[in-house]
Amino acid sequence: MRTQFGETMNDLLDTDPSTALVLAEISRQMFERAIEREPDRVINVGIREQLLVSTAAGLALTGLRPVAHTFGAFLVERAFEQVKLDFSHQDVGGVLVSAGGSFDWPAGGYTHMSPGDVALLDTLPGWTVHVPGRAEEADRVLRDAVAGTGRVYIRLSTAANRVAVPSRPGRFQVVRRGVGGTVLAVGPTLDAVLAATQDRDVTVLYATTVRPFDAQTLRATLGRPAVAVVEPYLAGTSARQVSDALRSVPHRLLGLGVGSEELRRYGTPREHERAHGLDAASLRRSLDDFLLRPAAAA
Amino acid sequence: MTTTNTLSSTRTDLGYDDLRGLMSLMSGDEKHDFSATSTLDALWVLYDRILDVSPETIDEPERDRFLLSKGHGPMAYYAVLAAKGFIPVEWLPTFGTFESRLGHHPDRLLIPGVEISSGSLGHGLPLAVGTVLGLRAQGIDSRVVVLVGDAELDEGSNAEAIAYAGATGLDSLTVVVVDNASSSLGWSGGIERRFTVEGWHGTRVDGRDHDAIEAALTHRAEARPTVVVAAVESKEA
Repeated sequence: MRTQFGETMNDLLDTDPSTALVLAEISRQMFERAIEREPDRVINVGIREQLLVSTAAGLALTGLRPVAHTFGAFLVERAFEQVKLDFSHQDVGGVLVSAGGSFDWPAGGYTHMSPGDVALLDTLPGWTVHVPGRAEEADRVLRDAVAGTGRVYIRLSTAANRVAVPSRPGRFQVVRRGVGGTVLAVGPTLDAVLAATQDRDVTVLYATTVRPFDAQTLRATLGRPAVAVVEPYLAGTSARQVSDALRSVPHRLLGLGVGSEELRRYGTPREHERAHGLDAASLRRSLDDFLLRPAAAA
Repeated sequence: MTTTNTLSSTRTDLGYDDLRGLMSLMSGDEKHDFSATSTLDALWVLYDRILDVSPETIDEPERDRFLLSKGHGPMAYYAVLAAKGFIPVEWLPTFGTFESRLGHHPDRLLIPGVEISSGSLGHGLPLAVGTVLGLRAQGIDSRVVVLVGDAELDEGSNAEAIAYAGATGLDSLTVVVVDNASSSLGWSGGIERRFTVEGWHGTRVDGRDHDAIEAALTHRAEARPTVVVAAVESKEA
């Protein structure tokens, strides 16, 4: 997905002089030629993440459409006040593109994990949040985001779905209809969700955009009012959005995702998925308990 | 929100000698301590003699940009904006109230001519770096002037911007540091050294001497950003 980001971003920089890119060393190699050619709007500020975000916002103050990019831990968490004040409070638009997902590089340890990025952005109004599950989805949401004027966060990860389903930026895609409840799979969790719900009579929705939250599709496809959300970042991040969407419907809700406890483990992304219960087998147990044996789960 | 957003009552015939009276409309005090007026002279010289911006050009892409990074104590700023006709004098007595556009930190969405909303320290200079680059990318060579306080430089975000702007020679960028010695730990060797060591052109002037401030701000170094340290009375004085 990061390679796709490089290709799409270079194309956008080449074709639209109002597009700008700010980097803080990460992914610089993909943009050396662009930096050379357009030094005023393709900028590497060095390992300075506060300046990364503020520079992007300053570009926006002059009317350019900035994209700022680094690992999520440094883009959203380290420089959060810059995101909050220099974009939101100044009321300028821009696109933040993170790499690293929640734990793309677990061998790098906790410092390079950012499972809390979407929850953190939820404290700010009006951010659009895209969580693409495949490279072509990343391409499309990036092109949409750069063509727009708002504040957009695009969360890239090396985790990607093998299965390709149609997706609609801004809306949830109905992958499968059933009557036994709804499972909403966000971005790269779709493969595991489909495997976990195989031969189960449930509705599966697929989201590449989680903010704004497509309450309309959730309500329109709701069968038995039991909703499980599987998110590749902090478990329960979208619980408030589901509650708001279904506030006139008595419902049950299960939020699955990355646990907030620090594991202090290295290893591989697969091992961390399993540790957080996000592999297909763990998801099947959790979803079956929630959808088929609610009394037992309680 | 005040409904007095007509500019019919703006004044453009006010001068430096009126500024303290304008500040009194906000504070109710006849006299202001050094801290409230530390930025007053630098602000006046900027708007009276340096910046190419007026109430009529606040949306022009080619206007000079002034970013008040030190948003604390903005009465002097509001007084200058009123004297120069950016905002009506009638707004001043509403200072800090629920209906007012004038808060104890300025908001760019509420005040004509205000380029950035400030308050949290250490945001103006990094935003100015992006502003300079964005203007250059569009072929606009307007000046970008940022005013910071000496204690504001405690914030590490400034160090990131100072190093970057120096290394890349952002010559349309000027920083005015109003130095009232309010940084608890101080800057051994002088504030300007923090900039010049990164390649900036740096000068120190009497922050109450209008001609000296003007001269320092008029000088433009080639291929280097400029810092002007405007020294005023110590906050403790």
